[in-house]
Amino acid sequence: MFDKYLIDAASLRNTGPADAPTGFAFEAKLGYYRGLGLSMVEKLDVSIDGEPLSREAVRLDEGKGALTLDEMETAYERRWPFGTPATILVDHPGGFPAGEHALSLLQQLRVSYLPFPAINTDSKTVALAA
Amino acid sequence: MSSIKRGVSLYSFQEEMFLGQMNVEDVIAFAASIGAPGIEILPEQNMPTFPTITDTQVGEWRDMLARHGAHFTCYDMFLDTKLRKGELLSDDEQVDSIKRDLALCNRLGIRNMRVLIFVRPDILERCVPFAEQMDVHMGVEVHAPWHLEHAWILRTIDVAERLGTQHLGILPDMGVFMKHYPPEFRARFERQGARPEVAQFIVDQHEQKIMCEYTIYEVAVKLGGNKAEIAMAETLRHAPYANPKRIKDYAPYFRHIQAKFYGMTEDCTDPTIAYDEVIPELVRCGWKGTLSSEYEGNRWIQDVMEVDSREQVRRQHVMFENLIAKADAELETA
Repeated sequence: MFDKYLIDAASLRNTGPADAPTGFAFEAKLGYYRGLGLSMVEKLDVSIDGEPLSREAVRLDEGKGALTLDEMETAYERRWPFGTPATILVDHPGGFPAGEHALSLLQQLRVSYLPFPAINTDSKTVALAA
Repeated sequence: MSSIKRGVSLYSFQEEMFLGQMNVEDVIAFAASIGAPGIEILPEQNMPTFPTITDTQVGEWRDMLARHGAHFTCYDMFLDTKLRKGELLSDDEQVDSIKRDLALCNRLGIRNMRVLIFVRPDILERCVPFAEQMDVHMGVEVHAPWHLEHAWILRTIDVAERLGTQHLGILPDMGVFMKHYPPEFRARFERQGARPEVAQFIVDQHEQKIMCEYTIYEVAVKLGGNKAEIAMAETLRHAPYANPKRIKDYAPYFRHIQAKFYGMTEDCTDPTIAYDEVIPELVRCGWKGTLSSEYEGNRWIQDVMEVDSREQVRRQHVMFENLIAKADAELETA
């Protein structure tokens, strides 16, 4: 749902020291017609040019501090509101590679009334702003 | 004259609201401008601080509705039974979650709550005394592939009858009256690689109301269906055409309708949902609730075109006005 709108391509930036970035970050929305508790966001798979990055490298910050996916599992009081960007932070020594690359995001949500997980995917060709 | 009222669910504008092109007040103003001032909300969509809603926020919502001459009709609840990984909420936790919604519904001055269809009838039974205290009708959403006479739905009606309560019943989603296959679905599957002749076969099978499993097998095995074709055939599992003539039997159990639609033609007809059969039934049995637009076409067309939910909802209300007037006239001359 809302797949093509998930990644905000213009928000891509490196994190850490400018001369030695330790990762990158971008803004994303939740592909769902309502907000959802963070404990029900089961996966945020990030990949570059089809190469998946590890689950441990990814954190989410909806405005109350970054959490790993393992930490999100018990963040019962925190929610990702509808239509609201949250920051996805990725540990990736050296930062986002130079030039244009395909940045992909898969969200797997545990939606209580569905018999199966809800999965949303977006992939955009992005480049760091010079 | 029919007492059917018209309104809009904020769900209809999910595309524009998700993209930040409209806010809730824009939707309310628009709904009022087309004579559909009944507003259905999804607090988990439209109230970013949910579940914490202050009295100040409640006042702001009421003021906003008053500014536009609009009013609340229905509150769409959710129940996160899968809040925790690997275990479901206990029955007590489910009851508490529903009571939380009933209390907020009452604070907002809303008297209808849409209950998700998967909520167990025995859980709802435990909530009835509190719903009565809050004066909120809990309507279990009758959503495709379920339909009005599905055994799961009848269980809720049995509970309501046994308790003799006015605060438990159903809330039909008009998607259960899918008489024709939605052209928006077909076009999307064709863009994804469904061959036109296979898509036509699926549409023809649905038109004849052939049971979906025959069609799915034909497409998957005999026609060597590709991924898009099989996915299109599988949508038939969720495409029931319930009998509109049964509406009068169930009307005592519902006070609100989610008027689902996937797309309106330029001349304001619905090519898919049998409103031309449903509305006369509602008028004939003297039903008094709200027809609340639930536009769900955005997800089928957003890959190729700009979504214009306002125009779609406007067209649906032109159709409602026409069909209600026609049914009224037929009743008077009968």
